[in-house]
Formats: sequence, C-alpha cells, structure tokens
Amino acid sequence: MRPIPAFALTFSLAAFPAVAQDARQIERMMEGRQGLMTLMAHELGKLGGMAKEEMPYDEAVAGKAAANLAALASVISPELFPQGSGEGEAEGSEALPAIWEQPDDFVTKINGMQEAAATMQAAAGTDLAALQAAMRDVGAGCGSCHETYRQKD
Amino acid sequence: MRRILTVGLALLLVAGAAGLWLTRPVTSDPATLAGLTGDAGRGERVFWAGGCASCHAARDARGEARLVLSGGLRLTTDFGTFVAPNISPDPTHGIGAWSLEDLDSALRHGTSPEGQHYYPSFPYTSYAHATPQDVADLRAFLDTLPPSDRPNEPHELGFPYNQRMLLGGWKLLAGGPSWIVEGDLSTAEERGRYLVEGLGHCGECHTARNALGLRDTGRWLAGGPNPEGRGTIPNITPARLDWSEGDIAEYLSSGFTPEYDSAGGQMADVVRNTGQLPDEDRRAIAAYLKKVPGIE
Repeated sequence: MRPIPAFALTFSLAAFPAVAQDARQIERMMEGRQGLMTLMAHELGKLGGMAKEEMPYDEAVAGKAAANLAALASVISPELFPQGSGEGEAEGSEALPAIWEQPDDFVTKINGMQEAAATMQAAAGTDLAALQAAMRDVGAGCGSCHETYRQKD
Repeated sequence: MRRILTVGLALLLVAGAAGLWLTRPVTSDPATLAGLTGDAGRGERVFWAGGCASCHAARDARGEARLVLSGGLRLTTDFGTFVAPNISPDPTHGIGAWSLEDLDSALRHGTSPEGQHYYPSFPYTSYAHATPQDVADLRAFLDTLPPSDRPNEPHELGFPYNQRMLLGGWKLLAGGPSWIVEGDLSTAEERGRYLVEGLGHCGECHTARNALGLRDTGRWLAGGPNPEGRGTIPNITPARLDWSEGDIAEYLSSGFTPEYDSAGGQMADVVRNTGQLPDEDRRAIAAYLKKVPGIE
C-alpha cells in the first residue's frame, strides 16, 4: 500500500467532525438569533400595547420591558450570522446574502437598532408620549435591517 | 375610384388628427391655481403623504438626507429601468426654475414643462387627485429644500416603451381621476381615501396591473406581484388584512405589525414617510382601509 492514499484518507476523515461541528454551530446560532427576535417581540408587545393605548400606561412595566429589550438588543451581532446560515443554505433562514457581502453596513444598522433600544430604555419610564415617540425609533431600527437583509415574503 | 381614395385619405387624416389631439399632453389650467399661496408647513405634510423622498432621495438616505431630492434611484421593471430625476430646487439640474403651473402639470397631468408625457413610474394617475392648494403648499415646501447639482440620467427603455408619444394612449386608457371607493364616507374616511387613492399612491403597488401596465381596479388593493422584482405585494383589503384600525395606524407609525414583527422590503421605506404624518392621517388611512371592498 502506498502512503499517499492513506494520508489523504486520514485528512478526509478528520474533516468530517469539523463539518458536523460547523452545521451544529449554524443551527445553534440560528436558534439563538430567532429566539432573540421572539423575545424582543414579546417585550415590544407590552410597550406597543401601551403606545397604541390598548393597555394602560404603567411606568414600571414599561421601564422593565424597555430594559429587557435593550439587553436583548445588545446581544444581536454578526456572530449570530455565521457563514452558511443564509436563506437557501440553512432551513428556515430568511437571512439574505447581502449580510455577508456588506458586513460593515450590517454592523452599522445593528448599532443603530441598539441605539434606538437605548433611547426606548431612557424614554419608556418617563411618560406615554415619550414611549410613543421612541416606538418609532425602535421600529425604524428593526426595519432598517429587515429592509435590506431579510427575505421578503 | 379616385373619389373613394380622396374620401378615405381625408378620413384617415381626420382620425389621425383626432388621435393626436386625444393623446396630446395635457397641461394645467392656470385658472385652477390663480390666487393660491403655498404654505411650506402644510406642504411638508403633503410631501410625506406623497412619499416623494422614496424615489427622489438616495435610497440609503436617512434623516435630513432624505430632503436632498437629487434623484438617481433606479426602478427596474418589466418595461425597462426608470431613473428618478432630480427634483431639488436647483435651477439647472432640479426644478427650481419651474412655475407652479409646471409642477401642477407634472403632478396631476403627467406632463413635463417641455410638453412631453411622463412615464407612469411617476405616479401621476394617483397624484391627479391632489387639490390645487396641496400642490401650491408642496411647491412652497420643495422650495425650502437644499439644491443638488446632480445631472439627470435618461431612462433605459427598449422599443416600443421608449416612444413617449404612445403614453398619450396609455393615459387615455388609464382614464381621469375618479374615486374607487364611493358612497357614504365620514370625514376621516374621505381624508383616508384622499391619502390612499391620491397622494399616498398605495394602489400603484398594492393593485395588480395587466400587460399594458393598467391597474385592475376591480381588484383594488388586493395585492399582486412585486413590480420591482421578487416577492409579492400583499392584499390589504379587509378580506385579508384583519388588523384593527389601531394596529394599522401603529404599523404606519413604527412599522410594527400586531405580532411586533417589523415592516421589511419597500414597505420599511414607506413607513419612513407615513411615520412623519400626524397621527390623525394614519388613523384616516386605517379608517378608509376598512371601507375598501374585501377581495380574496
């Protein structure tokens, strides 16, 4: 037996766990980012209910929801969008290739969203009018990424 | 035989002349604008309701930059690529030298100061509903914006779409401004109709078009393919859009759906306009949408 095929075999076998590890990592990061979005929507539901005046304004509830929202927002980063986790590559992904084509802009928009969440945190416990105004900032922050980086239905 | 030929030729000439006359570019009647004074403050509301910045500002412009109406946005459609022009107050490259009649002819009749037809990528079939006072107010507001010296670029269209004269026929088929939703409407519903069917030109995307690019008004706001590429534009008639009026108003303010997902695609940009309107206008739009016939 010649040594070269054995050498190649060793290499190809060694590659399998790496591929499996990447797939697992992609799955974990997708669960993470999608879970974060769900939790942000949950906190926004309380803030939005008050903004729409469907629920009475309660500064303690609003302040807590906004603090949670800001904390969740701060976890969003390009780390949650590993290569291979885009739409068409990973099942259930709506992440568009533009995320990886223009990473600097992606980060700028994430930063903008985090700033809007911080604005909400400062405003929510103040009064209803401040909360309503901050709701537009947060919406614009979320929308700026979804406009460019999320697959439209 | 010669007599028949002569009569035939004469009839052809008459028909041709009638056709040319019927499809001629119509301009504003100066009498409708006589004595009007524009108010820039009210004009800003017209500006956001009309969504002017969505095409005439740079696509990635945010905040104050959305008031620089330098044009340049490329709309890729089945008919070719349309390039939005500079409508800043620059006298050479923008529309600073236009009279109020010029702006009115453009917005409500789709006719340029040179007497040419505009392409309906500029939604004048909707803007035709604009009141003369709103046109005057809009003019006053546009005059306050920063000038831009970006030169205009021609549209990129193949034959026959590059023949502007044919647009006269298209305009004839599209018909004049008439309200789609009629009947007993409250003051708010009427305001909503003006904003949706008129200035907001919602039907330009939310109503499907036929091969000639004419809207199927029998399926008003029932959605259809995205004229600008992939995906679909949703049906927003009450048959499909079951949001409360408060939900619709909130969506037009912050972009949040009732589940707190956010607007994406082109609608994210529309919300950048509607978010600038007074809340009563967003509520008027919501009230009107509840009066639209439900279509599955």
